[in-house]
Amino acid sequence: MTEQEFLEYVQGGGQVETGDWMPDAYRAKLIKFIEMHGNSELMGVLPEREWILRAPTLQRKLALTAKVQDEVGHAQLIYRVVEDLGKPREACLDDLVAGRAKFHNVFHYPTKTWGDVGVIAWLVDAAAIISQKALLKCSYAPYARIMKKICWEESFHILHGRDVVLTLMNGTDEQRELVQEALTRWWGPLMQFHGNPIPREEDPMFVWRIKSQGNEEARQQFLDGYVPQIWELGLEVPDPKLRKREDGVWEYTEPDWDELRHVVTGHGPRTADRLDLRREAREHSAWVRQVVLAEAA
Amino acid sequence: MIYEVFRQERKGQAFQHAGSIGAPNQEFAEVYAREQYGRRQESTALWLVPRDAIDELDDFVDELGRTYHRVDGYSLKAKLKEARERAAARAG
Repeated sequence: MTEQEFLEYVQGGGQVETGDWMPDAYRAKLIKFIEMHGNSELMGVLPEREWILRAPTLQRKLALTAKVQDEVGHAQLIYRVVEDLGKPREACLDDLVAGRAKFHNVFHYPTKTWGDVGVIAWLVDAAAIISQKALLKCSYAPYARIMKKICWEESFHILHGRDVVLTLMNGTDEQRELVQEALTRWWGPLMQFHGNPIPREEDPMFVWRIKSQGNEEARQQFLDGYVPQIWELGLEVPDPKLRKREDGVWEYTEPDWDELRHVVTGHGPRTADRLDLRREAREHSAWVRQVVLAEAA
Repeated sequence: MIYEVFRQERKGQAFQHAGSIGAPNQEFAEVYAREQYGRRQESTALWLVPRDAIDELDDFVDELGRTYHRVDGYSLKAKLKEARERAAARAG
């Protein structure tokens, strides 16, 4: 099979297994994309973990702990897929803590209040599940298969987040204010989340059918699904231009693409702290890995 | 070691491949598999198989086009139509 034939095969809906022949360029793109997904799952627990000890009730603490466990579990599954493509998990973690690898923009920001926890679990997970559902059709079958399990677990996260938000919205004025402030803080990063609106035919991840939708399609789907749910609670989306046109397309203020680039290249407000924490955790737990491996040997 | 995990969602159903886990030995593999594929009661049972133990065969070529042992080898439509017409003619 030539590279061109392979390209036609995946563009025609064909799927590829681990042992199948694939062009080097495809393998490289897969590793880059899937590794970034794994990194995001792993780094994404850090902002939430800060709130486990400060959760308002035991129930919330348990739910948040379960969500954190889920996300770390997703990282394990995803790194497993990367390993089978040729890059060991330890190498992924080395690159991550050295600041050589990327992770999603939303995990570079601080979480200031419990309102942020609700908004993250509801809306950040909603944005993420839109991208992840589009991966169920990924041309690389092992990745598509684990996405089924991941999407299933994410749906609990969205519900949990929405429950946190609804509880606050039914509370005091001060609690409603927490949600509004959090939404205002997170709106910018949420609008940047799906990436700049390059035509999908020019997006190599779409060309190889790693992703099955373009960035703007994903953002439109997010706006269409969630803005009405935000509005019905009496919350204000901090974008005066936001509206749904008669043809169904959402208009909005151009997201700050410079901010996105700046943040994902390692210059977000919490990037350094979180990588430090990840590095420290890895060093502190090194002895456990050594003992486990020695014990098993 | 890499273990392939198969899970059964409900009693009576076939086990289906769920994914793989990396573990230093079988004991750890069991713990990881339980956590990863069973902690929400989403499985009634799991099978753990060392990847090396799997023998994959994927070369099923039908060089002779042997359709006689498959349902797509029996297209009855035209023959049935003819048989019905003949029966009707006989019954006159």
